[in-house]
Amino acid sequence: MLADISLEQIIVVLAYLLLVVYLGLLGYWRTKNATDYLIAGRQIHPFVMAMSYGATFISTSAIVGFGGVAGLFGMSVLWLTFLNIFVGIFIAFVVFAPRARRMGHILDAHTFPELLGRRYESRFIQVASGLIIFLFIPLYAAAVLIGGSVFVASQFDISYTTALLVFSVIVAAYVVVGGLKGVMYTDALQGTIMFVGMFLLLIFTYVKVGGLTTGHQKLTALAPLVPPNLQAIGHRGWTAMPLFGWGDTKYNLWWTVIGTITLGVGIGVLAQPQLVVRFMTVKSRRELNRAVVVGGIFILIMTGVAFTVGALSNAYFAEQGPLMTGRIVKVLDAEKNLAVLQLVKQNNAGGWEDVAGKTAPVKLYGESIGQMEADGKPTEIRQGRSIAIVYAKGTADEIIPTFIKSAMPSWFGLLFLLTLLSAAMSTLSSQFHTVGTSIGRDVYEQITGQHGKSTNINRIGIILGIIYAVVISYYARESTFIARATSIFFGLCASAFLPMFIGALYFPRMTRTAAIASMIVGFVITAFWLVFIKAQEAQTIGLVQKVTGGKTSLLADVPNWPVVDPILVALPISILTAIVISFFTQPPSKEHLDRCFRGVSS
Amino acid sequence: MLGIEDKGVLLAYLLCIGSSILCVLYGLFARNKGDEPVKPEDLKWVSEEKKVEENL
Repeated sequence: MLADISLEQIIVVLAYLLLVVYLGLLGYWRTKNATDYLIAGRQIHPFVMAMSYGATFISTSAIVGFGGVAGLFGMSVLWLTFLNIFVGIFIAFVVFAPRARRMGHILDAHTFPELLGRRYESRFIQVASGLIIFLFIPLYAAAVLIGGSVFVASQFDISYTTALLVFSVIVAAYVVVGGLKGVMYTDALQGTIMFVGMFLLLIFTYVKVGGLTTGHQKLTALAPLVPPNLQAIGHRGWTAMPLFGWGDTKYNLWWTVIGTITLGVGIGVLAQPQLVVRFMTVKSRRELNRAVVVGGIFILIMTGVAFTVGALSNAYFAEQGPLMTGRIVKVLDAEKNLAVLQLVKQNNAGGWEDVAGKTAPVKLYGESIGQMEADGKPTEIRQGRSIAIVYAKGTADEIIPTFIKSAMPSWFGLLFLLTLLSAAMSTLSSQFHTVGTSIGRDVYEQITGQHGKSTNINRIGIILGIIYAVVISYYARESTFIARATSIFFGLCASAFLPMFIGALYFPRMTRTAAIASMIVGFVITAFWLVFIKAQEAQTIGLVQKVTGGKTSLLADVPNWPVVDPILVALPISILTAIVISFFTQPPSKEHLDRCFRGVSS
Repeated sequence: MLGIEDKGVLLAYLLCIGSSILCVLYGLFARNKGDEPVKPEDLKWVSEEKKVEENL
């Protein structure tokens, strides 16, 4: 089963893991006491902080999951990269981070829920936020695990289940051995590996497709190969925006790409609990300013490359992918040699017969290689190359792994494995760190009043979180699950936490009641939308079918609503709730506000 | 331009590069701004953060 794994690969991966654990321990030992840490804080180069933030932000979900989505939907997904850089780095570091860092230190807050709870003087906010994060972050962790596992499965020709088991054991061992402590240095190493891996991937890919402009032109020319089911929802090619409009299912893809993928993740990054705490670890605003340089370039090379390569993989496969054999059932573009083939295979008698139910849009190559009888008349057998999703067996999450295995040299597969291991481990370690502190510090300690005595609860929480994430990863194997699970978590964080987070940093007038109301409204509307309105998620959960007698959404008969992302409804209402209720409720005391905002605006 | 005819996708492509350049320029421009002296609350925060990590 594991015959494809060479000794060389095992040695490289083990050496990498040892180095990562060593750096983690080094980082931990170096911060033995507070003063040392702060002096070290002067030495924590902005490069390290930016790489740590970036490696935590970008995971296998972004590279494999969203890269696969770009392979399916095209380069319009690059709008998410723009938001990743502009909102996730520039706005986050320049606008939010300095205030979050100063207020976090003043209030002695060490988790995102704690920052919110102390700013609004509300134990309920801290406990409820902690619970929401504890319950939903494993969904995001599962997306990261799946991203790594599908690559391992593809690279080594092993089953997904085996890959998931191996990947989970490596990650769990890392987390247990010390991957939650002193992560800044390991994150920086992992970020550097990710940068090198993705940069090389970009260069190789553009070389493979004939260069930047030529590659894009080839991709544009493939537009007629877009499968009919995607054309029907507005897919107009891999270098074109989906059709925009409202009131017809032909606009569904636009609402998916822009609403769910771009806005859900692009805005949700501002209220990510595991990222906000990173801002508090630097010495001053100056380090944040310097980190912006590295962060901006890093994210471009991460998601920018993943999405561009994902889309360009179609140009590669249509030109250099494995040949498919079949009979033409539909000519898509005679001039460009684009057609739909009914795939055929040779039978024992040496003749040709249809492979039942298998068709593929292809670019034709060469002349006829034979003939067969179809629909009562002789038909030529032709060969052609298809698009990425066909070679990925219909699963978008498999596009990047399939492309790497098919197009890249084998040594690059090993480098890319380290890239993905780095991407997964850096994100997962922070996710499980957050799981532990959420259930321990934010929920258990707040409810019981036993401060600093939640070690066992932390550990049990982390173990439960890992098991929960692995179980989800085992069962959730739909085409674009990684991107959807990530979007759900980011969107939920945006709707439930972003209004009160912005209020906490910028609007002293925002009240505790308003913060609680906006969090509840954001959470409840998001949950309602996922269970009853957004068809893909509602269908998976299954409750809506029971309520409506089989429909996949309460609004199934109204075009576009079933694909509208909850963030587009929940976030505006949550913001409105925060503003309106703040005007009608008692403002916080002047003493408290003076304390919270002391030196914050400087 | 760049082999991408669709203005929406071309704009996204250029904005990705443009926003990265913005980050670089801002970071270089403000690289020496914002230094702060270490305050007692910073020391207290760091000390508590250490305990949080040990608790894990």
